[in-house]
Amino acid sequence: MRPNNRLNTEPDTAMSDTPLSLAQVVAETHPARAAEDAKNPRECLKIDNLSLFYGEKQALFNVSMSIPEKRVTAFIGPSGCGKSTLLRCCNRLNELIDGVRIEGAINLLGENIYAPGMDIANLRRRVGMVFQKPNPFPKSIYENVAYGLRIQGISNRRVLDRAVESALRGAALWDEVRDRVHESALGLSGGQQQRLVIARAIAIEPEVLLLDEPASALDPISTLKIEELIYELKANYTIVIVTHNMQQAARVSDYTAFMYMGNLVEVGETKTLFTTPRQKQTEDYITGRYG
Amino acid sequence: MVMSRAHHISQQFDKELEDIRSRVLAMGGLVEEHLAQVLESLSRPNLELAEYVAANDFKVNNMEVEIDAECTAILLRRQPAAGDLRLVLAISKVITDLERIGDETKKVARVVTNMINTGSPRSYYVGVLSMGHHVRRMLRAALDAFARMDSRAALAVAHEDPEVDKEMEAVMRQLITYMMEDPRCIRGVLDAILAVRAFERIGDHADNICENAIFMVEGKDVRHVALEQIEQELNRRHDDAQSH
Repeated sequence: MRPNNRLNTEPDTAMSDTPLSLAQVVAETHPARAAEDAKNPRECLKIDNLSLFYGEKQALFNVSMSIPEKRVTAFIGPSGCGKSTLLRCCNRLNELIDGVRIEGAINLLGENIYAPGMDIANLRRRVGMVFQKPNPFPKSIYENVAYGLRIQGISNRRVLDRAVESALRGAALWDEVRDRVHESALGLSGGQQQRLVIARAIAIEPEVLLLDEPASALDPISTLKIEELIYELKANYTIVIVTHNMQQAARVSDYTAFMYMGNLVEVGETKTLFTTPRQKQTEDYITGRYG
Repeated sequence: MVMSRAHHISQQFDKELEDIRSRVLAMGGLVEEHLAQVLESLSRPNLELAEYVAANDFKVNNMEVEIDAECTAILLRRQPAAGDLRLVLAISKVITDLERIGDETKKVARVVTNMINTGSPRSYYVGVLSMGHHVRRMLRAALDAFARMDSRAALAVAHEDPEVDKEMEAVMRQLITYMMEDPRCIRGVLDAILAVRAFERIGDHADNICENAIFMVEGKDVRHVALEQIEQELNRRHDDAQSH
């Protein structure tokens, strides 16, 4: 153990239990409301008649759906069905591509993110994203997680230390890296890097986490760790995940949306959709039949 | 509604599902054959045939174990979803019912052996025999509905179960009368009552098979649900399917 490589937090404060999450506080102080939230989650994202065109080609056709708060919603469907496109619409990432035209609206807690004057940087702070391949910055583990906070102008060492530890704990990575947070992030394994990226995303306390195939480049054990993490994160965040792995969708999500050729075919509770889908297309896809 | 199935991308998976499906039907066929043989040995006393059925129940047991292992393997290898998952779950339950039917049939075979060996009057068994034929028809119809994945036919069979129960009460009343009239016949009549019980249980298991057929086709768990309610639900779904 190299003491100089550790966070200089005081053991009796920062090393103590992580602060209670909002959900935990609500559960303790307003049990009735917590129970109500658990039964009827509020709407976090409302996708309203959304169509998207890449030039002449239409990639999404009048998609409307509701994504509940503090739940995991999975998008599944064959390649090219528009699930990643739809995911990227939720933090307006598609606009970085030339020739993209979007119609319709997405409301984030009642506010249209496509309204003129929307602060996109702020939107992307509120709606974090993790991609298929881990993309840590070529910096230390610590700096990766602190990056978003530094951009926000936070430079107080103690505040940063706490936030970094809290985010790393939240991403279930702290115990593995606590002695080497100042080493390069690129020295971590793929699964650790992916959890680091998630830590970086949650360090700035977003409301929504978009995960685009977060485990498809990982080995089975790392995949399970990510899935376990998703399960823990949903206590505090609304999670939307795109996955090619239907078993993964069945394992981690509360709601599943099946998309096909740019259309939303069916959306429902995961356990219903995977046992008794309403649409034949859904049944054919999840059972591995020709459509 | 009748369930139709397209092919999987994995043909091996198709084969595996088709394999357990046909093995369940073969098992059902064997169980039904044993039941028919027991009824035959009862209507025209045939010791050999009754003993044959009792001695061959192990085949049914073996089939249950084999099919169960195959279901486990499919769950492990394929992680089936939706209709495929319901098929495997339904099969794994149906084979349990079939195995129990085999056990009940074996009990009746023992009763027949006793009847012949002790020379009990066959008059005790008139009502029992008719009840046996009734549950046999019910079992055949249940297996047929399961094989054709036909939830309507399954529901029609489920309607038979209360009829069997009524029949049982009538037969029991008759048998009790015999015992009251002449206590010396109690031993023989008790045997007949065992057979009545066994047939009643077979009716219940046939009913379970129908429930599983409905679950498999409709994705709706209809255990402990009133028949009228199931009927309404199936009608509603049928209308929905037509209007789409």
